[in-house]
Amino acid sequence: MTSPKPAAKRSLAGRFDAERILLGLAAPVLAVLLSAVICIILLAISGKDPFGAFQVMWDYGTASDGQVLTLNRATVYYIAAAAAAFGFRMNLFNIGVEGQYKLGMMFAAYVGSQVDLPSFIQIPLLLVTAMMVGGLWASIAGLLKVYRGVSEVISTIMLNAIATAIVGLLLVPGIFAPKTGGGSSNAIQTAPVSESSHFFSIETAGGTLWGFLFLAIAIGVAFQFTLNRTRFGFDLRATGRSESAAKASGVNVKRMVITAMAVSGALAGLIGLPDLLQNSYYFGQSVQPGLGFIGISVALLGRNSPIGIAFSALLFAFLDVAGSRLPLRGDYPQEIVLVMQGTIVICVVVAYELVRRYGLKRQQQKVGAELAAQAAAAKKEVSA
Amino acid sequence: MSTATTARQKPAGAPAKKSKLTWPVVLLLIAGALLLFAAVGAATGNHGLTASGQVSAALGSAVPIAMAGLGGLWSERAGVVNIGLEGMMVAGTFCGAWVGYLVNPWVGLLAGMAGGALGGLLHALVTVTFGVDHIVSGVGINLLIPGICAYVNRIYYKDYVAAGAGANQSPSAESLPQITIPGLSTGLRDIENHHWFLVSDVAGILGGLVTNLSVVIVIAAALLVASYFVLWRTVFGLRLRSCGENPTAAESLGVNVYKYKYIAVIASGAFAGLAGAYLSLVAAHFYKDGMTQGRGFIGLAAMIFGNWMPGGLAMGAGLFGFTDSLQLRDADNVHVLLLIVAIAMFLLGLWQLYRRKFTTATISAAVGGGVALWYALTDSVQRPLIVATPYVITLVVLALASQRLRPPKADGQIYRKGQAK
Repeated sequence: MTSPKPAAKRSLAGRFDAERILLGLAAPVLAVLLSAVICIILLAISGKDPFGAFQVMWDYGTASDGQVLTLNRATVYYIAAAAAAFGFRMNLFNIGVEGQYKLGMMFAAYVGSQVDLPSFIQIPLLLVTAMMVGGLWASIAGLLKVYRGVSEVISTIMLNAIATAIVGLLLVPGIFAPKTGGGSSNAIQTAPVSESSHFFSIETAGGTLWGFLFLAIAIGVAFQFTLNRTRFGFDLRATGRSESAAKASGVNVKRMVITAMAVSGALAGLIGLPDLLQNSYYFGQSVQPGLGFIGISVALLGRNSPIGIAFSALLFAFLDVAGSRLPLRGDYPQEIVLVMQGTIVICVVVAYELVRRYGLKRQQQKVGAELAAQAAAAKKEVSA
Repeated sequence: MSTATTARQKPAGAPAKKSKLTWPVVLLLIAGALLLFAAVGAATGNHGLTASGQVSAALGSAVPIAMAGLGGLWSERAGVVNIGLEGMMVAGTFCGAWVGYLVNPWVGLLAGMAGGALGGLLHALVTVTFGVDHIVSGVGINLLIPGICAYVNRIYYKDYVAAGAGANQSPSAESLPQITIPGLSTGLRDIENHHWFLVSDVAGILGGLVTNLSVVIVIAAALLVASYFVLWRTVFGLRLRSCGENPTAAESLGVNVYKYKYIAVIASGAFAGLAGAYLSLVAAHFYKDGMTQGRGFIGLAAMIFGNWMPGGLAMGAGLFGFTDSLQLRDADNVHVLLLIVAIAMFLLGLWQLYRRKFTTATISAAVGGGVALWYALTDSVQRPLIVATPYVITLVVLALASQRLRPPKADGQIYRKGQAK
């Protein structure tokens, strides 16, 4: 929570005036408030005390164990959102994050269970494996788009389904799962990764804080740096804004599409690793599904900026973690959290649009007023 | 299916043609495919692929995909991309099962459509009125509607445990009528059981079409045909499609673009809702969380596969439905299908050779040889492979045919009134 904040203040305050910051913050705040109102109405209709539900969530969210859980989950969401956002920045809609992370995680889990090297080689090896697998899988969609003109939206949807099938094909006893059924449960899963693969973590009063949090922050910093301080980032944003203009200024759009898709997929490959290397230590059917779609939502909410998605990842993680307490304390259905997340995503895009129009109108009025003042001054001069 | 269906590849890999498929050619291809299935059935002694059970299962699996695809077709023809079909389908499954239990399944069907249409209204509001990116709105809807449905069922299904409801399952509704043509059905079954060459196979397919046919399947087929006539043969349809091709031009001719987009997206939601209601009223008799299993996306894929045309859409849905139903049935059938694919690839190779396309001919023959080898060396096909088949086929077809696919020109673009370019 604390680390991305000063960066946000510095970079924003340095470049924009107060009114633009206010307008920029207005949209997400508006969206969260609106979705809270909708959820209050929904809770009230169904005969639950809405403020009691918020109280339960708030209490857990401010407790130290809740905060650690929130940070851990936000780490995963942040990586997922960064993967989606990287594509979005170039107008590439990578819906395939879901399949990319499953494949990346499965291969990393397999390699981790087969290889046992010293930690400083083992962990990078697993990270690279996951990124390679995710990146290669995503680049299929990139290649299809560039050379055959297949929309990445539809090809990544297909690739998601095929990835699920590949998981089903490989995750069987004798291939990726141990022959004698791993563990006490009869669920099919890979063997646990070797001891040396375990990522560092920090013990706090509230529980174990995953060391991957720092990797997520590093990804955010690298993302920001790449986009704003490198030639590649400039080309990427230029291509996202206008493909023809980018082409005219000498950007190889085809290569940009493939690269952006591969990077997006490589980041997606990392999504499952916090869980793999810090929590479950194996890949199986119990792996949380839907992270890819959550990542897309978080990225949209954070406007695809590395700082914005940090806040939205924290918000989504908080809602999830605090929401899990709802059924335990006071018999509230946990699913209200899903409604809240859905309304936030829809409200925020609408709110951004409304704020944008309002800003445009204000700008027009300002310019209009200035022009009128100039005209009046000129008239005065003439008459004088 | 219509004569306007543009050049398409036959799913099983039958000869691809550059020119338009005309009725005689289509009929010839169907006859050829039948002959192939019959010959392989006779040679291997496995008649499972043309059995009436297989045919009706495939038909049943194809219906929700086709209806979701039809929803996508309406919306995209008016220029609005609808990724939210999945969420609207969930609304359909939920409202369909719920009202189907409370009132009766017929009203449930209508309620499912209404639920989907509400989702469509939301999508239209966000994309048309507020001018937000279509895909963003769709993703939001896919998040929101399943959330609302899961929330509501957690609260209300508790009161219906005695009626068979579970934590995430609605009480079961009564079934909708099924059509079985009495004399024809048993007669065809007799012929089918004799395993006569070709005759029994045709009887099996026809038998599948007249035995235990749900009325919803008939309704769906009628809607598909009706959509073609409404969209391509009426003034209303022309105006609607003009909004997807060039909204600015349409506006200059006095078409109320917003109105048509709203109608199209709401209709799109209603079709997706019907697809959902089919799942919860016909395929099953209850609602369950996550029962759509991504069929909304598959419907979208079927529509793109079908080149944004109703006939092609029906073919795409048939292909997906056929493979979808294969995974539920005997694994032997799929193994026999390998042989059919191999022969079809060889025939395709010969056809390419005749057209002097030597590279493609070699590739086809090589693929055919590979599949034949696979058939010879194995006894069964792994289930995940069967599940993945339609997706792989779609990707391959998109990769091969995408230059010939033509989406509506202004599809996915944000249109604002009076902003002529």
